[in-house]
Amino acid sequence: MHPRADHHPPAIHTRRAATRLLALLGVAGFVGTARAAAPGWPEEAFKQTSEADAIKALYGKSAATSDKITLEVPEIAENGAVVPVSVSSSLADVTAISILVPGNPLTLAASYTLPAGTLPSIGCRLKMAKTSNVIALVEAGGKLYSTSKEVKVTLGGCGG
Amino acid sequence: MASSIRVRAQANGKTTEVQALIQHPMDSGFVKDSSGKLIPPHHIETVRFEHAGKLVLMANWGPAVSKDPYIKFAFEGGAKGDPLVVTWVDNLGKTDTLTAKIG
Repeated sequence: MHPRADHHPPAIHTRRAATRLLALLGVAGFVGTARAAAPGWPEEAFKQTSEADAIKALYGKSAATSDKITLEVPEIAENGAVVPVSVSSSLADVTAISILVPGNPLTLAASYTLPAGTLPSIGCRLKMAKTSNVIALVEAGGKLYSTSKEVKVTLGGCGG
Repeated sequence: MASSIRVRAQANGKTTEVQALIQHPMDSGFVKDSSGKLIPPHHIETVRFEHAGKLVLMANWGPAVSKDPYIKFAFEGGAKGDPLVVTWVDNLGKTDTLTAKIG
């Protein structure tokens, strides 16, 4: 029905339309991700799905195992939605404590910055999707230390 | 409106022990509702604790922190009657703040 030429509109129009479409998509994409994370929140670290990547994104260095960290977790968690975790350390000059759960979809669970004068002891409650190690990371004197313990989860708790 | 934040801060000589409970769904973004739709992530990202204008703890939380989060920590200093300011911000930009008195 149509002359063949109609099937090939001038390239410029196509290009303009494409540009417009891209611009729209760009704007939409921007709006979609525009909401800035809360100031100071380590967004990249919280996106990571492996222990090594999360540690790297958070501190940019690797951790040495230390027996000067006390990680208190239940051996068996009947409800993975609420697993009490506490981390304390006898290391001097502790500046940060982080908790990683490699069995969760996102590895990093919580990260605390401790200004001078705050005691190196934190307690909180985490969700665990399944049986997994829980890793406590402690930054002290500019160095990174870790310890880990396994928690058996009877009922997965990503349900919160 | 009642605050979403409940704080118990107890000065005991050299240190002040703080326990806080915040009402928040902490939706991880990995859970489906009863109709099978993913519940979008809605969780607290940061909580700041300030005593006498000085930061005493900054908590960065991901979606793995339990619903209605609880936190316990302690810092040196702090006297009975001192204000302790707690402020949280979530991934939707919502925020709440409370000034508690150290007891």
